[in-house]
Amino acid sequence: MSSLTFQSTRPSLVKTVALTGNPNSGKTTLFNAFTKLRQKVGNYPGVTVERKTGTLMLAKDRVVNVIDLPGMYSLAVRSPDEQLARDVLMGRTVDTPKPDLVICVVDAGNLERNLYLVSQLQDLGLPMVIALNMMDEVERQGKEIDVARLSQALGMPVVPTVASQNKGIEKLKQIIAEGVTVFYQRGWRMAPDLEEEVEHLVRLLVQHEGMDRHQAFAEALILLSLGAKLKNEEKKAGPAQWFYKEELIRQINMVQDRLRLKGLRARTAAIEARYGWIKSILKQCVRDKNKRGEDLTERIDGIVTHKLWGWVFFLGIMALMFYMIFTIANYPMDWINAGFTRLGDWVTQTLPEGQLRNLIVNGIIAGVGGVVIFLPQILILFFFISLLQDTGYMARTAFIMDRVMSKVGLHGKSFIPLLSSFACAIPGIMSARTIESPKDRLVTILVAPLMSCSARLPVYTIMIAVLMPAATGMQKAGIMLSMYVLGITGACLMAWLFKKTLLRSQKPVFIMELPPYRWPSWHAVVIHMWERSRLFLKRAGTIILALSVILWVLMSYPRHEGLQGSDALKASFAGRMGTALEPVIKPLGYDWRIGIGLIGSFAAREVFVSTMSIVFNLDDEAGENTLREAFQAAHWPDGRPLFTPLVCLSLMVFYVFALQCVSTIAIVWRETNSWQWPLFQFVYMAILAYLAALAVYQLGRMMGFS
Amino acid sequence: MPENCKTISLNKMSVGQKGRIREFVVESDDCERIEEMGVTPGEQVEVVRYAPLGDPIEIKIRGYHLSLRKEEAALIQVEVLS
Ligand SMILES: Nc1nc2c(ncn2[C@@H]2O[C@H](COP(=O)(O)OP(=O)(O)OP(=O)(O)O)[C@@H](O)[C@H]2O)c(=O)[nH]1
Ligand SMILES: [Mg+2]
Repeated sequence: MSSLTFQSTRPSLVKTVALTGNPNSGKTTLFNAFTKLRQKVGNYPGVTVERKTGTLMLAKDRVVNVIDLPGMYSLAVRSPDEQLARDVLMGRTVDTPKPDLVICVVDAGNLERNLYLVSQLQDLGLPMVIALNMMDEVERQGKEIDVARLSQALGMPVVPTVASQNKGIEKLKQIIAEGVTVFYQRGWRMAPDLEEEVEHLVRLLVQHEGMDRHQAFAEALILLSLGAKLKNEEKKAGPAQWFYKEELIRQINMVQDRLRLKGLRARTAAIEARYGWIKSILKQCVRDKNKRGEDLTERIDGIVTHKLWGWVFFLGIMALMFYMIFTIANYPMDWINAGFTRLGDWVTQTLPEGQLRNLIVNGIIAGVGGVVIFLPQILILFFFISLLQDTGYMARTAFIMDRVMSKVGLHGKSFIPLLSSFACAIPGIMSARTIESPKDRLVTILVAPLMSCSARLPVYTIMIAVLMPAATGMQKAGIMLSMYVLGITGACLMAWLFKKTLLRSQKPVFIMELPPYRWPSWHAVVIHMWERSRLFLKRAGTIILALSVILWVLMSYPRHEGLQGSDALKASFAGRMGTALEPVIKPLGYDWRIGIGLIGSFAAREVFVSTMSIVFNLDDEAGENTLREAFQAAHWPDGRPLFTPLVCLSLMVFYVFALQCVSTIAIVWRETNSWQWPLFQFVYMAILAYLAALAVYQLGRMMGFS
Repeated sequence: MPENCKTISLNKMSVGQKGRIREFVVESDDCERIEEMGVTPGEQVEVVRYAPLGDPIEIKIRGYHLSLRKEEAALIQVEVLS
């Protein structure tokens, strides 16, 4: 690369702006400020794992596309999310235009390491502006950054911002509107021998591949740092691999041989040179006025990563969450239940007797209401998860759990997708994109649905209520906690098994940044909960509604004259399916009615509750009010109660392990790009669930429980 | 190098100890990523804590906190400062 680069964009040309930068620097916060969208923000590296687009209105007739990208530490990418970010920046993605302007979001409190990526991006010669974010924290720490000087040293505009408070946004918009002029000067040099070889490689790349010099220089550095001999990889391996002409490959390998002979440490020379340059810039531009002592983050970490208190804290948080789920959530749940009951009564009184009324009352209201009633619990769950993610505690759980995960053969980073799966396996599976090793990523995806997601909450709650109606909130929370722990344990064991057998690979390295704690923005927490409720209600109003109608039809037809209640249900399509299933599930303690629930919930777990609501509404034995009472009254033909404590436990255990979620299967299909893996996952989890439930029921009986 | 300067590997350092990175004992992809994160020769490093189960280590480098496993830390030679 010639040492000077002069690039300027004409204002009218800026149509696409991409946000890039290190993980956790505030890209998504800025994206949301620009586009008024509500993408997920969180205080740990790797929140965004996909490309997201939105539009920014600059003026009445001036709209710019904004792309939010996953964060990356370096252009030498290691994981699928980083790769995606790089490909978009370099214009290698088919469906996204190459950005005309790049906003590099830099964490001003962590300037030194953040500038490393900036220095790499300069090599690409992209028109770029820096959003010097988190200026509020820098000020609080008593540091002073000479922005004008920094801008001069880097050769591009630098705008101080506080994205979380919308500060600096206007200035950035102005720059987008006006376009930028950048003036890069490579301020760092490697050893002369290395520089020579790089120049040689650049010439080769320009000549053979027709690259421009910027791209060629960036590529040459990557080639230099390759440890192994370069080979043309198979096409399957993905876009990151090289497809050079044979001649070029031969030449590149010759360069590498020469370097090896001279004993030059080519791999890290550029890294060290860049950091040297960054240090010299910081010396000019940053003044640290008061040296602080121990700060808040260090005090908090003293507790939450303590040998003893760390674990107490972790379990304590979970226990508190479940306690609140069982106590506080009860009131709004009663209101919702009362609302749906009243609605059902009203419809019963208004509509004439007949199948339509039956469908509305017993199918739709019972089915949808049965699920919607759990909204308060799910909100509490999401409130806590959002706290975990927004404060910075998430990264600490990865830190304290890494040892455990390494025993299993994974690393602490896999714990983040697993914890996210407590909310829902889908974002959890997506966030596995931050895992570098493809095999480890696959293992993480395979076990993620074993973590109890929010859709299990209704099932657990109702079973626990039947299991021990008189227990205190604390006792119920304890049972719930143990279900979650069972899920985690299962996930660890299965991960271990997969790593030992199917997906052997080396132990991965674990390098993770621990961000400072930040106050969650309450605004963001509320928005997150609101978004979640919206999704939940939408799901209830669409999928669950449709399934309820289908299930009601299956449970009500064909109709037989003269049959009533339970007998009519048993003769229906669903009843016949349940009856056919009964021999298989009888060893678990379930009858055909639970069988119907199981079949229904293979589309989505919470449908179990709606199915059972419909079942017991149709099979109206005593006109019970709530599902819990209906469960308690249910019995086998010989009069034994159906939902004994052991059956409740066995059912819960079944739901801990079974993969009953069409959306998860679809997302695994997409993320693994194969149908074999989701199929495998479905089968192994079904077997696991069956065996575990069987063990609970049969061993329990042997030990004399009922 | 003065007499009183000890060189040990990073995983042998105790909590609160400061040092200066000297070199990586091997060259590998993983070491490269660690260097990219700012752990380069000549830079000052402080061991902040060990995780509750003894592994990984949390270090402070270039003004931020980074955690890495002992296994990788063993590859980094550090000149002890205090
Ligand atoms: N104090 C402060 N916090 C901020 C600022 N901007 C963002 N944050 C917080 O920093 C954290 C990270 O923000 P994100 O927008 O998720 O960062 P990101 O760059 O998109 O992160 P990844 O998607 O993981 O790469 C969140 O907790 C934000 O609330 C800021 O200017 N000041
Ligand atoms: Mg983001």
